[in-house]
Amino acid sequence: MATLTIPKTQSVYTHEELVDEKIIKWYFAAALTFLTTSMLAGLLVSLQLIRHNPFAGIELFSPGRWRMVHTNAVAYGFLANGFLGCLHWAIPRLTLQPVLDRRLSWFIFAAWQAVVGATAAGILLGEAQGLEWGETPVWVDPVAQLGLMLVALNFGTPIARMKGPMYVTLWYFMAAFIWTPLTYAMGNFIPEYFVSGTSAGAVGGLFIHDLVGLFVTPLGWGLMYYFVPILIKKPIWSHGLSLVGFWGLAFFYPLQGIHHFLYTPIPMFLQYGAVVSTIAVELVVTTVIINFFGSIWGNWSIVRTNLPVRYFYTGMVFYFLTCLQCSFQVTLTFQKIIHFSDWVVGHAHMVMFGVFSMWIMGMMIYLFPRLLKREWASQSLLEWHFWLSTVGLAVMAGDLILLGLFQGWSWAALEPWDASTEFSVPFWAIRAIAGLAMFGGLIALITNIFKTLKAASANA
Amino acid sequence: MFESKSGIFYIAGIGFFVLAFVSNALVPWLMYNDIPEKTVAELINPNLRYQFEDLARRYPEAFEAAYGKPPGGDAEHDVWWNEKCGDALRVGHKIYVGEGCWHCHSQFIRPVSNEEQRWGPVSRSAEYQNELQRPVLFGTRRVGPDLCREGGRRSNDWHAVHFFKPDSLSQESPMPEYPWFFDGSADKPNAKGLAIMTYVQWLGSWQESYPYYEAYVQSALPKPESVEADAEAAEGEEDAAEEGMAEDAEPAVETPAGDAAPADDMPASDTPAAEAAPAAETPAAEGAAPAEATPTEAPK
Ligand code: HEC
Ligand code: HEM
Ligand SMILES: [Fe+2]
Repeated sequence: MATLTIPKTQSVYTHEELVDEKIIKWYFAAALTFLTTSMLAGLLVSLQLIRHNPFAGIELFSPGRWRMVHTNAVAYGFLANGFLGCLHWAIPRLTLQPVLDRRLSWFIFAAWQAVVGATAAGILLGEAQGLEWGETPVWVDPVAQLGLMLVALNFGTPIARMKGPMYVTLWYFMAAFIWTPLTYAMGNFIPEYFVSGTSAGAVGGLFIHDLVGLFVTPLGWGLMYYFVPILIKKPIWSHGLSLVGFWGLAFFYPLQGIHHFLYTPIPMFLQYGAVVSTIAVELVVTTVIINFFGSIWGNWSIVRTNLPVRYFYTGMVFYFLTCLQCSFQVTLTFQKIIHFSDWVVGHAHMVMFGVFSMWIMGMMIYLFPRLLKREWASQSLLEWHFWLSTVGLAVMAGDLILLGLFQGWSWAALEPWDASTEFSVPFWAIRAIAGLAMFGGLIALITNIFKTLKAASANA
Repeated sequence: MFESKSGIFYIAGIGFFVLAFVSNALVPWLMYNDIPEKTVAELINPNLRYQFEDLARRYPEAFEAAYGKPPGGDAEHDVWWNEKCGDALRVGHKIYVGEGCWHCHSQFIRPVSNEEQRWGPVSRSAEYQNELQRPVLFGTRRVGPDLCREGGRRSNDWHAVHFFKPDSLSQESPMPEYPWFFDGSADKPNAKGLAIMTYVQWLGSWQESYPYYEAYVQSALPKPESVEADAEAAEGEEDAAEEGMAEDAEPAVETPAGDAAPADDMPASDTPAAEAAPAAETPAAEGAAPAEATPTEAPK
């Protein structure tokens, strides 16, 4: 396939020239590999908590290290790879312009897998950096930074070359390509090399927050604005609400970093600011949800018949729940009790798995047949994947959120610490079982992919 | 503007990001800019030195293998100890980060939820202005207790046994075991073990009220299972109370009871022992707080 770098005034590109299907498949394969790794890591940690760690006492299986592998493999290995795969489909088709250079795409792909692999290896060897979600060892940071900048360049070019009005999706993408490298640079370099202490905490809070809000969220929503209208064959309900959603997110979201460190020595007026803007963004989010539910209104049966749409809207329901939960938990009243507890872990899984993973899975389920030119081998395995993931997640999140309340109350009542770990054990056991169900769902999906592949090659 | 490339690029992409950075990060940065950042050498204080030298006394072979022998002359002697102590702190910090201890233990006391009583004085900004808080280790999750006032609360050999096998001191502890901090047994910590213990003993060693023992008011409500489980213990203490030793056995309602008297070990308030306790308002701390909890008498 020729590499096209000369901009053409009128798009005459065919789908093959626009979309590099092969790289999408590779991105998805990488994403699923890292998701498997991450889930196994999560299971290991959950077994440690219920004191059934099969590898206790082995340095390379140190649960603390695997916890960091768990979150990093999910963020950089699964979510990032999954999104990049989907972007290789959505951006060229939406802008009718190919990416800057296909060789660059492949270079980025390889570099990114090296970054994630090195991160995991570094963490397992005890080289983590002391920054939540930025545990990437310091010697990997510059490479990851470069990779993110190249991604912005590679995908920014078709957006820049495109003529005519920009569709909502591209607002989100464009902003995300600017925000992500900035966020990464801020979080990984400033608290390590420039400031220490409380101010470093403020930067660290902003980093964790922006990573979710300015990297994962805009890519996720951008893709939803792209795929949902195509699949339900109706335009987005209200352009005005789309505008409110985007600009509200862009303005309020970054202002909230400090809400991760309430009641720390960070100045109180800044904490109040973060709390207020968090509540503001919940209102904005509600408008986005209304917009999407308005789009599908009157057409609900499609959720039953069209599987990707079902994933997307299930994710949106979880999104609404997460944000609702968030507007409670961000208040200082709730913070007293739930901060530091499993409530937050429940929240994290609900948004990372319930929303963004569900969306990525939905997109994969839509794209795989198109990439492999073959229907899914098994519909029932797809159903299994959906239900195991959804029910598993709902149980896990509900269980942990409830447990968080109990822990918080126990601590505030000054019960001995061990009492709180003791009564957590049954809840942690339920979490491990729910995790096992989610993992079972993933296995169903992967089996299905292999079956489909086999059928595809038998057919060819 | 709201849908144009330049509007999104400059206003949303760059403008809002910078605005947030200025308000959320630059403001505290400038506010605390005048607190000088301490180097590791400046962090060493007599409390910490005491613990570090205690490690040398308790584990002479391991210590010598890791740090060598102190030189003879008094002046050099002091410099040597401080230097080695600094090295231990740095390595200990690296282990604390690398093992992900900070994902199970926070390092800050909030002014709410009775945390002051459980762990000690509320955290202040200046405490974090040092090289070992790069990036800051506030933490966001507590599977185990906060550690920023941990220094001096437990003896080094308690920590050694605990790191080797946490559940030998704290029944059913979900904390992982760390045998790779040791050469085979809990009384043989290696360089890593000595370093992480130094680090843990450093936490809070700069405080005036040091070491800090839990000083919490016991909940008036007995836990059903603790009443049952403690039936025997309570009986014993009942006897003690009858023999006129109530001061030692009484539940320290309203008093700092030290970490010798967590709720589980105390007779619940509706047992006879509680009623027999005359000195409900007196400080029980002197009698109750063992500075050196040895592994066997660990109050868990
Ligand atoms: C899986 C979570 C987890 C990890 C990881 C973990 N801990 Fe713990 N830690 C706990 C729990 C729970 C307790 C309370 C029960 C106990 O004493 O074992 C605890 C207790 C402690 C205590 C005793 C506190 C006291 O005074 O009662 C210290 C000190 C400690 N941990 C240090 C560490 C260090 C250092 C690391 C890293 C090498 C670490 N922990 C890793 C969960 C964890
Ligand atoms: C097999 C399924 C899974 C299991 C058993 C599992 C288990 C765990 C455990 C034990 C922790 C540590 C919690 C603690 O410190 O107390 C954790 C944290 C976390 N997990 Fe998972 N997990 C699973 C899947 C996922 C997936 C798929 C995602 C994201 C897409 C995810 C995102 C996270 C995040 C963000 C955290 C950090 C939470 C925080 O620090 O507040 N997990 N998980
Ligand atoms: Fe946040």
